Amino acid sequence: MGSYLHKFLYLGFWFLWSAIHALILSEWGYHPKDAWMDSLVSNVWLATVCAFITYCLRYYLPRRERLTYLLLLSVVFVVVWTAAARYTIPLFENSMLTDNFSDTLYLRAAIAWLIIICVILMNVIWYTQEEQKEQERRKNEAERIAKDAELFKLRQQLQPHFLFNSLNSISALVVSDPRAARGMVHQLSDYLRSTLKKEEDKWVTLSEEFEYLQLYLDIEKVRFGNRLSVNIKSSEDSLQMKLPALLLQPVVENAIKFGLYDTIGNVDIGIRSAVAENMLVITVQNPFDFEVSKPKTGTGFGLNSVHRRLHLLFGRTDLLNAQGNENVFTTTIKVPQL
Amino acid sequence: MIRILIIDDELLARSIVKEYLAAYQQVEIVQECNDGFEGVKAIVQYRPDLIFLDIQMPKINGFEMLELVESPPDVIFTTAFDEYAIKAFEAHAVDYLLKPFSRERFDRALQKWMERRQGGQIQMYIPAEAIAGQMQLNTNRVVVKNGGKIRIIPFAEINYLEAADDYVKIHCDDGVYLKNKTMSYFEQVLDAAYFTRSHRSYMVNVQKITRLEPYEKESYLALLASGDKVPVSKTGYGKLKQVLGL
Repeated sequence: MGSYLHKFLYLGFWFLWSAIHALILSEWGYHPKDAWMDSLVSNVWLATVCAFITYCLRYYLPRRERLTYLLLLSVVFVVVWTAAARYTIPLFENSMLTDNFSDTLYLRAAIAWLIIICVILMNVIWYTQEEQKEQERRKNEAERIAKDAELFKLRQQLQPHFLFNSLNSISALVVSDPRAARGMVHQLSDYLRSTLKKEEDKWVTLSEEFEYLQLYLDIEKVRFGNRLSVNIKSSEDSLQMKLPALLLQPVVENAIKFGLYDTIGNVDIGIRSAVAENMLVITVQNPFDFEVSKPKTGTGFGLNSVHRRLHLLFGRTDLLNAQGNENVFTTTIKVPQL
Repeated sequence: MIRILIIDDELLARSIVKEYLAAYQQVEIVQECNDGFEGVKAIVQYRPDLIFLDIQMPKINGFEMLELVESPPDVIFTTAFDEYAIKAFEAHAVDYLLKPFSRERFDRALQKWMERRQGGQIQMYIPAEAIAGQMQLNTNRVVVKNGGKIRIIPFAEINYLEAADDYVKIHCDDGVYLKNKTMSYFEQVLDAAYFTRSHRSYMVNVQKITRLEPYEKESYLALLASGDKVPVSKTGYGKLKQVLGL
């Protein structure tokens, strides 16, 4: 009974039905007043029972294979209704009504049962349809989000800002240091090639991920020269641990970006990896300036996508942690090993 | 002699501008700067005729740097941001060069500037706020100069703003800063959920308000956590009530 229209229709139906009921009894020779009284007792109870059924089915919709359960339910409600009506009628102290009601009890119960079954079926059909519509809507929504994410990812992967700045560096080097220019062309090509090759749902070892990262770091080093230094320290066992492809990359990019653009002077990036409790633990540190960045602890900065991915993969929200203190910002990722 | 300043955080990016400029004998490169801070100092010190300015730089971006300079020199932007974003301020800068740019493109930009200079055309107003959003630069802050020091004020740290002639006084816990902007500018950039124009000449950070008390007839005072009292007009009171959910 979602809207007022539904309630109105429901009441309208019961009024009509009561009228028909009363009319039939009049035809059988009831006094109109008695006919209406009989009709009201029967139908007020029946309407109440049906409303209760509708209310219940809204919160609990049995699956298709539970149809026998529905049948049973209808029988229970018929018994309830019959008893209710049977014991309400004598309250009017009209022996003609009471006797006639008892005489036609089975006929009345049968009609009530038909109506109850109809109401149950209508409800089941209605709610099933609603559910399907809802599912359809959710499916469309999910598809739309996936498409948006795909586009966003493509753009992210391409990193136009990084790409054009690198090309600009090459353009400068071509004249001053052709050999270095050629080197950078190769670095950039290697980097782009592995970016295109990467599949997000693939798992790679940490050492593979580091190799890929190194390509990126080498280019950044050409661009920023001595200002940027990256120090990677990993325990031997952690290098063979696995992680989803392209998970570490955005974290390191983020660290470099905030190191380079939020501070002045040298930017030392520290990357550490270790194994703890069968999890690969990677920490990335970058300098930052409290005055400029004001990061929130937790998952601040551009780490939302990493956070979301970890959540999708492992159903946990405690795998990414970011924290800034003094002048160092530390991001920690934990990757459970499957 | 044409005095030129190059401001870019990447050495190679500066070197290419230098290389292209070497072809012009009437040009003197007065200095190269790594960031906006050096840039502000160098502009004051050398009063260059033209600057080549990168946009994304450490701590403060190119637009923020220009805001810190009184009557900034002419600017040619050099940036890797895409054309779409750059279009927004096309009309306001002398020109913009998208990295990587060719010598021909560079010459055209410089030529254009020289012609304009001869024609005595003065321009230069850069609506930083119009483009900052599109370029995903950090916009939740305002950069001010206080004496020789540059202070970056995150919006959340502002207690309230007060109009003062051509300036806006920014009241923070650690002092009052002047910014050469209008109140309506701040009304545009500040999040309406946090800042409310409580009075014709005042804008208040709603989160800092501890109490509202009646003042004269039909006007109020907002008491802030800092102890400041900010005038609230009748209409301002209506707006505040709405924002605070009273």
